[in-house]
Amino acid sequence: MKFAVIVFPGSNCDQDAYHAARHVLGQSAEYIWHKDIDLKGADVVILPGGFAHGDYLRTGAMARFSPIMREVEAFARRGGPVLGICNGFQVLLEAGLLPGAMLRNRGLKFRCEHVHIRVEQTDTPFTALCRTGQVLRIPIAHGEGNYFADPDVIAGLETNRQIVFRYTTPTGELADEANPNGSAAAIAGLCNEARNVVGLMPHPERACEPILGSGDGMVMFESVVHSLKTGALVARA
Amino acid sequence: MRARVFVTLKPSVFDPQGRTIAEALHSLGYGGVEDVRQGKYFELDLATTESAQAKALAAEVADRLLANPVIESYRIEVDQ
Repeated sequence: MKFAVIVFPGSNCDQDAYHAARHVLGQSAEYIWHKDIDLKGADVVILPGGFAHGDYLRTGAMARFSPIMREVEAFARRGGPVLGICNGFQVLLEAGLLPGAMLRNRGLKFRCEHVHIRVEQTDTPFTALCRTGQVLRIPIAHGEGNYFADPDVIAGLETNRQIVFRYTTPTGELADEANPNGSAAAIAGLCNEARNVVGLMPHPERACEPILGSGDGMVMFESVVHSLKTGALVARA
Repeated sequence: MRARVFVTLKPSVFDPQGRTIAEALHSLGYGGVEDVRQGKYFELDLATTESAQAKALAAEVADRLLANPVIESYRIEVDQ
């Protein structure tokens, strides 16, 4: 399987994502510069964390107009698996590939710590090997991760089972103090209606080896490889 | 011609920065400031001299980039 890691000016988790795919998972991986117009045959696209284009104006607002995003949108429309991590999630929101927007964290602080997220849906390419209700310990690092959408949009996300991850306590209980940023419905991650595009604020690529304090993020990378191998996903770049 | 674009969070969207500023003002003794909403302000220098054209162009760029319609609304003023 070939992972494409999109690199925007200001991306800073691209090497972590590349390392997880290439060295930990042992798959092929390639960096794709944001001005490129070709995904070079990738099977999976990762929009990594960081501060694309400095996050000037709004997080992810400029990155949406980078030339490679037209290809990413076409790949997503064909059913290709796309994972947006942190700033990559914000880019997916600005690009309209996922619904909603991010506000400043409720407490206004940049939060950098391990949190617990509960897997709500296992029929996405990035959670196929998870159990429903499984709790993952994964770090966050963001100032604008306070997910917002109108109440009717949130209701639609619930109905369509698009909320993939929620912030919970270590035992998987919803609690206000377990929600690090004030996100509506404790949303840590979402998928689109077709379920092939997933975005989340926590950083699974920073939790892929025990030496990093947690290996819980690896299951998302393993899941997409599994999904592609079993033919659950057929799209190609 | 100059256009001014004021972008603010929609009334239904909680503004944590505005809230913190309001609380700071209260602690400074400005109890008369009941609430604060923080926004963004843009000055656009436009090639046109037609105010209708200027407004239309400012609205187009506000829709496309300056404001995110999920959380923000905007207001435009142009020089007469």
